[in-house]
Amino acid sequence: MTAVETRTPAPDAPAEPSGLRRGLPRIIAVVVLVVLAAAPLFLAPFATTTLTRIVVFALFAVSLDLLVGVTGLPSLGHAAYFGAGAYAAGWVSINVTAEAPVPLLVGAATGAVAAALTGWITVRTGGVFFLMLTLAIGETVQQLANTWEDATGGANGLTGVPSVRIGGEPLVNAGLLYWYVLAVGVLGFVLVWLVARSPWGAALRGIRDNEPRMRAVGYPTAVYKYAVFVLAGSVAGVAGSLLAAQQRLVTPADLSFLTSSFALLAVVIGGAGSLWGACLGAAVVVLVRETLGASLDGHGPLVLGLVFVLVVYLLPRGAAGLRRPRREPGRSP
Amino acid sequence: MALRCSGLRRSFGALAAVDGVDLEVAPGARHALIGPNGAGKSTLFKLVTGTMRADAGTVELAGRDVTGQSEVARCRLGMSQTMQHASLFASMTATETVALAVQRHDGGRIVPWPRRRPAVRERAEELLAGVGLAGRGSTPVPALSHGERKQLEVAVALACRPSLLLLDEPAAGMSAAERARLVEVLAELPADITLLIVEHDLDLVFSVADAVTVLHLGEVLLSGTPDEVRASEDVREAYLGAKRREELFLG
Repeated sequence: MTAVETRTPAPDAPAEPSGLRRGLPRIIAVVVLVVLAAAPLFLAPFATTTLTRIVVFALFAVSLDLLVGVTGLPSLGHAAYFGAGAYAAGWVSINVTAEAPVPLLVGAATGAVAAALTGWITVRTGGVFFLMLTLAIGETVQQLANTWEDATGGANGLTGVPSVRIGGEPLVNAGLLYWYVLAVGVLGFVLVWLVARSPWGAALRGIRDNEPRMRAVGYPTAVYKYAVFVLAGSVAGVAGSLLAAQQRLVTPADLSFLTSSFALLAVVIGGAGSLWGACLGAAVVVLVRETLGASLDGHGPLVLGLVFVLVVYLLPRGAAGLRRPRREPGRSP
Repeated sequence: MALRCSGLRRSFGALAAVDGVDLEVAPGARHALIGPNGAGKSTLFKLVTGTMRADAGTVELAGRDVTGQSEVARCRLGMSQTMQHASLFASMTATETVALAVQRHDGGRIVPWPRRRPAVRERAEELLAGVGLAGRGSTPVPALSHGERKQLEVAVALACRPSLLLLDEPAAGMSAAERARLVEVLAELPADITLLIVEHDLDLVFSVADAVTVLHLGEVLLSGTPDEVRASEDVREAYLGAKRREELFLG
């Protein structure tokens, strides 16, 4: 969705790709970006709002993909940082100021601090233990949101979040709000994308592929995992602040296990590790939830479950897997 | 000494896998560590690399006590290893795999934003050529043959600029041709790199090593030159598991 440059860090790309192979993803990225930017001009306000929700969720999914797809840390509690950012941004908008960069920065900082406080335990584990620990942390944070009524409004949620303001002007118009969300979403995506393409990102992929080998080569892998966990939490916090700006309401459901698993679903549908795939996956998840959810007596998640089964069965590497031919399996074990 | 282990001990429950091992590896040596199955070779290897903590004893790297140091710290101090199961990085090409090790050890910073460093790539390709993988750089690791992956392991280990290179069963699962190639690669390594090779294949050991330590039931049975080891009655007994070898072995 917010893809600026859709070329994945494909490790098997030839050293000198042909002009077309090199240029096409850039052209697609520019076209997608232009269409996204122009969307409010030809979409109905309701559709614009749905698109806004997609961008918010896409940025959240991208932050999770940095953990799951790039570093190989499958988190089931990532919504904790998304929700923490949303609550903090909402609270600051109500009680201090809703002036543009403030809720964003507060969301980013809260996501980062929450991830920093919890991450030092989780990154010492891996695999199923990481899954269980992040799940437990997610549940704990949701309980906290439910019970700490003074700050979070408890089960009713944090209501009455004012519109985000830019230069004193509140963004009441759905189109203006969308552009705000899109701009932040694209910036967040670019940030994550640059990190994933960097030498540091290469080390993260090394950890995903073979952590013991990375340690033997001299990488302090726990430090890397902790840093990426905090970064992913921070980006999730930014996405959370966008959620608060869009919904004007934050509820405990926003940091629930269901939200975490929807994000994970988006990453899997899109193909873990490609980042732009997570954006596509997020679009599918939000569209299915919003359009079919209402028409199927609230059984939208059922359809998502079906989509999930189909994707895992038909596209084991997600939508991103369609881009490159399957690699030949090793000749020997 | 390039490496000195004193009184290394590690038990798993009641089993003392490594039971008071003293080992000295001279600088520039090609030192082999051999022994029958269950001798404690792999455990000793892990104690030396720091993958596993010793219950007792010390490990010194070039005169410096590294017993309390992590694997990562030992790597920085010049100890590098190849692994028995050459799994490496399944999503990367051979060059990218080596480059990952090169960028950690060439003094440059590992920045979180895109940066082209041609020197890293060049060095990686140089190392690949050095282990006989010239021209295979853009091949994904899973598409390499088992033997090639073992060669790649050596290139990755060398990228860490080691003074002491530890090889864990480098010839395991290799064909005869691949073994011959490995012997060539090992023979061409710079003389100032000390080698410690854990190996099952005695032919390979005797064609590469200038010093051999035989491990048996967690203890050092014998340390000496290849000829001394070849001539030793005790070693034969350990390998054959019988006191009266003349009944098992003709000649």
